[in-house]
Amino acid sequence: MRDLPPRAGHTFPGREMPLMDREPDGSARPHTPGTPTFMRPIGRNLLGSEPELLRRCQLSSTSSLESPLSPSRPRSPWRFDPYDSIEDQDREYVGFATLPNQVHRKSVKKGFAFTLMVAGESGLGKSTLINSLFLTDLYKDRKMLNAEERITQTVEIIKHTIGIEEKGVKLKLTIVDTPGFGDAVNNTESWRPIVDFVEQQFEQYFRDESGLNRKNIQDNRVHCCLYFISPYGHGLRPIDVEFMKALHEKVNIVPVLAKADCLTPAELSLKKIKIREEIERFGIHIYQFPDCDSDEDEEFKLQDQELKESIPFAVVGSNILVESKGRRFRGRTYPWGVVEVENPAHSDFLKLRNMLVRTHMQDLKDVTRETHYENYRAQCIQKMTRMVVKERKRSLCSHLRESVTDLPLVPVDSETERLIWEKDEELRRMHEVLERIQEQMRHGH
Amino acid sequence: MADTAKTTHPQPAGRPEKGAEFGYVGIDAILEQMRRKAMKQGFELNIMVVGQSGLGKSTLINTLFKSKVSRRSVMPSDEERIPKTIEIKSVSHDIEEKGVRMKLTVIDTPGFGDQINNENCWQPIMKFINEQYEQYLQEEINISRKKRIPDSRVHCCIYFIPPTGHCLRPIDIEFMRHLSKVVNIVPVIAKADTLTLEERDFFKQKIREDLRVNEIEVYPQKEFDEDSEDRMINDKIREMIPFAVVGSDQEYQVNGKRLLGRKTRWGTVEVENTAHCEFAYLRDLLIRTHMQNLKDITSSIHYEVYRVRRLNENNTHPSDQPNGHSNGVPTHEVLSHEM
Repeated sequence: MRDLPPRAGHTFPGREMPLMDREPDGSARPHTPGTPTFMRPIGRNLLGSEPELLRRCQLSSTSSLESPLSPSRPRSPWRFDPYDSIEDQDREYVGFATLPNQVHRKSVKKGFAFTLMVAGESGLGKSTLINSLFLTDLYKDRKMLNAEERITQTVEIIKHTIGIEEKGVKLKLTIVDTPGFGDAVNNTESWRPIVDFVEQQFEQYFRDESGLNRKNIQDNRVHCCLYFISPYGHGLRPIDVEFMKALHEKVNIVPVLAKADCLTPAELSLKKIKIREEIERFGIHIYQFPDCDSDEDEEFKLQDQELKESIPFAVVGSNILVESKGRRFRGRTYPWGVVEVENPAHSDFLKLRNMLVRTHMQDLKDVTRETHYENYRAQCIQKMTRMVVKERKRSLCSHLRESVTDLPLVPVDSETERLIWEKDEELRRMHEVLERIQEQMRHGH
Repeated sequence: MADTAKTTHPQPAGRPEKGAEFGYVGIDAILEQMRRKAMKQGFELNIMVVGQSGLGKSTLINTLFKSKVSRRSVMPSDEERIPKTIEIKSVSHDIEEKGVRMKLTVIDTPGFGDQINNENCWQPIMKFINEQYEQYLQEEINISRKKRIPDSRVHCCIYFIPPTGHCLRPIDIEFMRHLSKVVNIVPVIAKADTLTLEERDFFKQKIREDLRVNEIEVYPQKEFDEDSEDRMINDKIREMIPFAVVGSDQEYQVNGKRLLGRKTRWGTVEVENTAHCEFAYLRDLLIRTHMQNLKDITSSIHYEVYRVRRLNENNTHPSDQPNGHSNGVPTHEVLSHEM
């Protein structure tokens, strides 16, 4: 073993990253458009795999003749083994690059959970979009209320939970629907039930996290809210602004321009610019895509830039299969043409789906956990400490008052005086401590 | 530049789709997202080594991580003396392999078991471990928490048993009994090249018997097996513990290959040869397969036990709870202590 002076961040000598076999695109593996491709060796290109396997077998057979070396590494139960390439067999590795895989094994066993909220007026295509996004039929037998019944309707919160499994990964998806929002004649404070719901989820998680048994905490916090903006107006309407301002510090808001097939491309881009401007003007903090690192390649940066410029996503949803020009796809048929849901030229549906599911799901959960939830928690604790201090002051004051009125005629002797003075001091000290803590918090943020 | 673990990125928009799959949403991409995040963040691992001096602890750690990460290598000025009391010395290194970064901390305990009177020699170590838990707890209940709390909790404690060949000594039993409740203990037979294979098997049997009789649960603990798959894997490991290891950081030529080993007049002990010693099994257990499991058990079981105990201590303190929160919300309590 060569003697290496230990320095921070040193790598093992002569161990540059061996390149994995790249898979030629569009080969044997079923390739869905717009998917980030991964360097996964599953479904290896048939041409490349066989000679490799032969070579590997030969290696192991020769080594068994001599003294048995370290046991062949445990068969990885997971798909992606970082030590799988031929060059790695001979080199000496410590072996902890399997750590990301070990972490994931547990997550794959447990499965993931994601909560998505949809909000907007009725008739904007929310249910259809959810069905299209996740290829489900959550809203199969819906009974639409007629106008009269809707007059007295209040905003409800309805949760649907579905489990999706793909390629061994389980996702528990919860869709929170808000029927009745914005439908009444007087919509003042119609976002209040929704805000209360979001805060309730935070509170439940806070209690669970601070509790004694933390084994199976259910994470029901809302990770993302798709807010549907009507395409018929001129940009944002007052209710849109109010809703987003009430929720932007509590949940990740992703604005979506609904029923975008009623707009021409020129109208669409104008509207998007206007909406972005208004969001900026009103100081609404929608979900920001994380900036890419400087070491990402240009293609990714371009992609990221495009994504940022597509807000709000102009979507068209449909679950009806349409046949046209020999292809089958999901779309909407009009006498003047057919709108393809998954065509990036026709709508931003693909961008939205990729962003939501394939590239930014983890980030949405992270931002919810690290920013929104932490803000809620800090506020909650502040409130509680204020209440504690108030209670103590009140109880001490009442106690003092009692002791004094109990003995109205007895002159206050030095003992009682000292007691009163002590209690006063204690109160003052408590106040100081609280002030100090609040100062710290203010500086800390 | 492209790294095996990085993803290639979404196809440029405008690609005409052919034969789109209707039934594929793409949720397995979340694994890739998690992996990217994990790679960026890096990992932490804290290993403690305990045993009498001269049992080869530092050499073994160096061999495990294939580099000079132990205390002896970092602080060569530390003479080979036996300290008067047990000291706790920890050394951290950032190591990287295949794009995965790890902050490895090795905690050494020179002076353990070396005194004339070794009573309560586990106490400083227990105190250290609990201090790490306390530190983590305080960070966790802080009002404005860090995004990622630095994890200094001891994930694994490797206990070195001297190769007497008979059975466990009282100090071994005492130590393991106290500490198996707060940390994952992996017992190893040190300097195993002084035992023949029969002696080794006999010794192991005796040790397992002693552990069973004294109700000491070492890693992998039976009660924490999650499902039958885990149990199967762990049962195989349980049949092999304690691992009989030999450490070395010197290379010799054997059969035309350069191997780590110890050269004697009658032959060369190869460290990575499973016919010679069980170092390779230990390394696979600790690093290649069960590293995450060690960390999970530390954080979700040992740490939780500590936390519950601390919270209950706080709750029984005479302080009223005006909001009627009966789940012992800790910050509320800690602050009311200050007041």
